[in-house]
Amino acid sequence: MSDFVSQFWNLYVIVIVLVSVVGCWVFLLLQSKATFTPGVPTGHVWDETLEEYNNPMPKWWSWLFVITVIFALVYLALYPGLGNFKGMLGWTSAGQHTVEVAKMDAAVKPLYDKYLAMDVKAVAGDKQAMEMGKRLYLTYCMQCHGADARGAKGFPNLTDSDWQWGGESTQIVETISAGRMGVMPPHAQLGGETIKDLANYVRSLSGLPHDAVRAGKGQTAFNEAGCVGCHGVDAHGMQALGAPNLTDKIWLYGSSEATIIETITNGRTNKMPAWKDFLGDAKVHLLAAYVTSLSAK
Amino acid sequence: MSGTQTTYNDKVVRQFAFMTVIWGIVGMLVGVIIAAQLVWPELNIGPWLHFGRLRPLHTNAVIFAFGGSALFATSYWCVQRTSHARLWGGPLVPFTFWGWQLIIVLAALSFPLGITTGKEYAELEWPIDILITLVWVAYALVFFGTIAVRKASHIYVANWFYGAFIIAIALLHIFNSMEMPVTLTKSYSMYAGVQDAMVQWWYGHNAVGFFLTAGFLGMMYYFVPKQAGRPVYSYRLSVVHFWALIFTYMWAGPHHLHYTALPDWTQSVGMLFSLILLAPSWGGMINGIMTLSGAWHKLRDDPILKFLITSLSFYGMSTFEGPMMSIKTVNALSHYTDWTVGHVHSGALGWVAMVSIGAMYYLLPRLFGKKEMYSTSLVTAHFWIATIGTVLYIASMWIAGVMQGLMWRAVNADGTLAYSFVESVKGSYPFWAIRWLGGVLFLLGMLIMAYNMFKTMAGGKIQDVPVIAPAGHHA
Repeated sequence: MSDFVSQFWNLYVIVIVLVSVVGCWVFLLLQSKATFTPGVPTGHVWDETLEEYNNPMPKWWSWLFVITVIFALVYLALYPGLGNFKGMLGWTSAGQHTVEVAKMDAAVKPLYDKYLAMDVKAVAGDKQAMEMGKRLYLTYCMQCHGADARGAKGFPNLTDSDWQWGGESTQIVETISAGRMGVMPPHAQLGGETIKDLANYVRSLSGLPHDAVRAGKGQTAFNEAGCVGCHGVDAHGMQALGAPNLTDKIWLYGSSEATIIETITNGRTNKMPAWKDFLGDAKVHLLAAYVTSLSAK
Repeated sequence: MSGTQTTYNDKVVRQFAFMTVIWGIVGMLVGVIIAAQLVWPELNIGPWLHFGRLRPLHTNAVIFAFGGSALFATSYWCVQRTSHARLWGGPLVPFTFWGWQLIIVLAALSFPLGITTGKEYAELEWPIDILITLVWVAYALVFFGTIAVRKASHIYVANWFYGAFIIAIALLHIFNSMEMPVTLTKSYSMYAGVQDAMVQWWYGHNAVGFFLTAGFLGMMYYFVPKQAGRPVYSYRLSVVHFWALIFTYMWAGPHHLHYTALPDWTQSVGMLFSLILLAPSWGGMINGIMTLSGAWHKLRDDPILKFLITSLSFYGMSTFEGPMMSIKTVNALSHYTDWTVGHVHSGALGWVAMVSIGAMYYLLPRLFGKKEMYSTSLVTAHFWIATIGTVLYIASMWIAGVMQGLMWRAVNADGTLAYSFVESVKGSYPFWAIRWLGGVLFLLGMLIMAYNMFKTMAGGKIQDVPVIAPAGHHA
């Protein structure tokens, strides 16, 4: 695709670049023709003592100038620079990247293909594969899940055995490949008192300190307000929706009453990006195996 | 003027020269603080004193407060002396001083508060941008007004450079700061996407080219021959390198955007003009250093000349390094690393600060009614401390930068990165500590300078200097 909206701007760039580069040379040549009187001042004096010698420019300096101009002209013939003219070598920065990536991909393909053909759990037991997996993890995953993979607020811990979206190999591969979008809808309409009751009930499920009267009222609200639709009657969650189990000790956003109230009132939206297009199946496969190995430890 | 002779307006020079030293200390202190924050991250205290807010304060303070005050002081001194006329413009002259100081104070307040446009070296928000424009137009009127009423028939070379610097900065500032105000403290750039990036680096690199190079070459062309007591080496060289420098610099900006969404042809053109810049840049160095030819012995016991000539050496080194770094394949290694930071500081500390310090040591005794600085040995001490500080700074950043570049591109046999980013951060710590030490030394030198300045000021009798008539020529 052309970088210019019309042929005029293409020609404008070509002409102005060439005239400017060659112009430097012409200017130097014309100035070199001046009459010089080495070691003799020009005759102008400022501020009592300031004078200038009428010395010629050092030859080596003029040559340095000319060489850079010649280099520029040669470069413009070989590489893109003169508007739409692609240069004789056909080089582009995007093309250079594509070639380098393709070369590396081709070189490492047998290695990745070997692991892609293996079962995720088997890959998770392979020492070399796990070294590769760890390096991939430290490049692509640690920004959110942390260098130790223990996550952070809103970012799941990958070293425990809790799986919000399922811990089967196919499910982990799906999570990394296509990403996940978790949505807890806001429930502010329930009113502050009911939300506080719910928070106490949820805390009671995990065995955390709570107000028993409120927890009792919260249990009723839990069933009536639609919570069971995603989290289930037993509050064990639903992996197909990414709805977390509320009876365990794992809290993605925090277990304090205030945090749970915030979660219920305003809802939560969370996103795991999709990596398939960027990393390709083979690297996703290795990462799924690496994540599996973290849980197995 | 009934019998009384016209005098030079040295009051404004005195004000700017004094503030050069003060703002130098402030700006470099902030630099030392942010260098320390990289070594000891716990020093990032609260949002106001966080690295992200102090870093633009450092760059703006050293470039525009320290460097700017030095340029105002020396250009006002030089244009009067070489035009053989008092500064033109009456009330515009104090307006440039107080206006510039107000801008600096507003910068020092707004950056820690998080008020920024996010454009590098142009972070100040739109009301301050307007104030800068007003002060700069006043500066241009004063400078060119003085040139217009000059008594010398020819315009001295230093004034070409000062003049080009003033005109180019006006152009750059106005076009880069085109922005749509939303509130008093928030605006959005008029340009979008890659055009915004290109305008930004057209500005950014020419801030280096005209503020930090052309302006300070003007300073060099006055103070080097003055202090050396010898004629400038070559008039013709000054003509050629002046026009070539101001012409080619304007093209060099795209080298800041290699391997980005900027079209390849634009990147190439930026790289080629950056290479062509080598000879025009070196023209200034040759003219300065060769001016001393035949009088090298003066370098031995004159610390002011030591500052000036060393600054030219660093100038020559960084203007060689710059074109090399603009080459795409070199840039692929150096870009985004501390090598760039080292390169900038070989220019900023080695060239800009050293030539300014030399010029200030020339001016201060003359401005405060003394024959020389209170202590010449303290000037010499300052020179050595500053030189060692600069070398420590540059060398540590070279090593850190090349190491970072090599670590980032290293891959394992399986195609994965050999090092995570944080490993390159960890590896940089020792060099960041050395850099901090270099900065501390440079700041220490400035504190010695301030002591020497205050001692020089004490008891001096300030006298107005009459304008002298130009020496007769064209006989």
